[in-house]
Amino acid sequence: MTEPNAVERNAMGPHAVGTGAAAVGLSVAGGTLAEPGSAAPYLIEARNLKKYFPIKRGLFSRVVGHVKAVDDVSFGVREGETFGLVGESGCGKSTLGRVMLNLKSATAGEVRFEGRNIHALGPREMRELREEMQIIFQDPMGSLNPRFLVRDLIGEPLKLHTKLSSAAIDDRVVQLMELVGLDATRRNRYPHEFSGGQRQRIGIARAIALEPKFIVADEAVSALDVSVQSQVLNLMMKLQEELGLTYLFIAHGLNDVRHISNRIGVMYLGKMVEVADTDALFAKPLHPYTQVLLSAIPQPTLRGKRERIVLQGDVPSPANPPSGCRFHTRCPFAQERCRAEEPALLEAAPGRQVACHFPLA
Amino acid sequence: MAQELLEIKDLTVGFLTEKGFVRATDRISLSLPKGQTLCVVGESGSGKSVASLAVMRLIDYAGGVIAEGEVHFQGQDLTVKSQEEMRRIRGNKITMVFQDPMSALNPVFTVGEQIAESLRLHKQLSAGAAWSRVIDMLRLVGIPDPEVRARQYPHEMSGGMCQRVVIAMALACDPELVIADEPTTALDVTVQAQILELMQKLKREMGMSILLITHDMGVAAEMADRIAVMYAGVIVEEGTAEDIFERSRHPYTHGLLKSIPGLSGERGTELYAIQGNIPRLGELPAGCRFSPRCPFAAERCFREEPPLLPTPDGHRSACWLESGPEVKTS
Repeated sequence: MTEPNAVERNAMGPHAVGTGAAAVGLSVAGGTLAEPGSAAPYLIEARNLKKYFPIKRGLFSRVVGHVKAVDDVSFGVREGETFGLVGESGCGKSTLGRVMLNLKSATAGEVRFEGRNIHALGPREMRELREEMQIIFQDPMGSLNPRFLVRDLIGEPLKLHTKLSSAAIDDRVVQLMELVGLDATRRNRYPHEFSGGQRQRIGIARAIALEPKFIVADEAVSALDVSVQSQVLNLMMKLQEELGLTYLFIAHGLNDVRHISNRIGVMYLGKMVEVADTDALFAKPLHPYTQVLLSAIPQPTLRGKRERIVLQGDVPSPANPPSGCRFHTRCPFAQERCRAEEPALLEAAPGRQVACHFPLA
Repeated sequence: MAQELLEIKDLTVGFLTEKGFVRATDRISLSLPKGQTLCVVGESGSGKSVASLAVMRLIDYAGGVIAEGEVHFQGQDLTVKSQEEMRRIRGNKITMVFQDPMSALNPVFTVGEQIAESLRLHKQLSAGAAWSRVIDMLRLVGIPDPEVRARQYPHEMSGGMCQRVVIAMALACDPELVIADEPTTALDVTVQAQILELMQKLKREMGMSILLITHDMGVAAEMADRIAVMYAGVIVEEGTAEDIFERSRHPYTHGLLKSIPGLSGERGTELYAIQGNIPRLGELPAGCRFSPRCPFAAERCFREEPPLLPTPDGHRSACWLESGPEVKTS
């Protein structure tokens, strides 16, 4: 386990330098994921994944500390499923999504896609692998080049990764636009001529152009108007069925996540605190933070008012997380042990993991 | 019947653009009884924020023009007041809480000085009296160590703390009406829960009225006594929270509620979706503004704009449909 890591660090090359990898120490302590041979194999898997950002101060940009955006996270996404990743701002969910795609380097740990550690791949192999893994961003306006025609935006991955002729690319663009519910006769227009929902469809068409297996959807519907969100969620579910896609669906809107996800992971301050099947999680959260999060979302109904648990205080800074369990400063059930000792993410029931010394009964 | 604190009549606010006068709100009428919370719910471009800025007459500074209508507050028409007169009302009798607390606070003054400023201006308090009121207000909104916090600058506080400061500032002069424009949208859900709880507690204790602007039906369900649903510059439905959530009559309200995945619906199924997109102001369809997206639209809907009329159960809806969309949404 330790030997390939040294190789990987070299292979990561300049990216790994300066992230304080040495100071952090690479510990892949026996990649123990409590998922021996259950249901489907993992398409993509994080093992003891860490991503630290250095905090620099002063004239010589001295590194004075690290923001531990992702701190020793292990989980896997099975082929064909949607894994929902939830948590509040600053919990590291977006960073985790980007490290999973090797859009950001890892400080330590590994990401295995179909068994291969993607952070150890050479640039050429990584480029080939990019066809298999794509991302949909939150803000479609910010992620689409305003000077490109929609035709070129959707056709660009095809131009870069395939040897198709421009006529064949154009045919494929028409096909893709129809697949995502856009009027293909508008392909010679610019993104600003489309509405927010339509722009997100452009972003989706671009993401599926190379028929990837795995897509990270980072707050893909959060910026859209309420009446348009359900259109885009429906589209994503339809495409998953037709193209056999696997999603990592990152969001803070729990209603959306519940609707689309098979399993859900809850993050708090860089840590995965609970992983469970969606129904099990909503029926009975085991981690106090999950319980708080579920109770905090205002529901669009007057019926069945749930009891709300209102937390004290704010999310602490990830640069200086609390000792022990990171949630102990806000946890209504915190005890002495929570302050001193960090709980590991352990299997609590089949297919269910929680990182808490005193999980809710 | 409660006494109306705020009454908006036929308010049309718009902007002069290259394409002519664009109406952001078109003859909207609303009333807010004393001590209640009225939620104006709508998506982007519905005109909800413009309406709230018009009440404060801040729209004058945003390039907007009040073309028509009246805003009655405690019996006075605010639309005919000078900015000089408005300045005595703003921050005093009517105050505002904005979406982004960081940009609502001045970064070069301590939060205590900022709260004290309105007290000295409007209540003519001495510096000492103002300061002790500042400490009381910070304590009231749940800020720990108010004596220390009052001497801090906004950047030393978290987003949730800053929003508490903004709320303390809005309540310092004991206002009659607080206008809150998406007060929790920029906050995390656990902090949003704190702020919503706080606003409800303060409303009970201080007896002010709240005009809450939001796009989130969940927030509206939590906070509202009455709800007005806006679409493309007009109010399409208005009533009590029960009217809107249990007996919505307008296909837009109905569709909006149906399209939000609930916590009890079956997972993974196709969600109800309102087809099409929100029209741009200035390119509004003829007849009912929702007609191009409405599954129930009949010939008349494309020709004539429906007025906001009473429904059989006593709320108001702007729709030509006789019976409304099938009512139960489960």
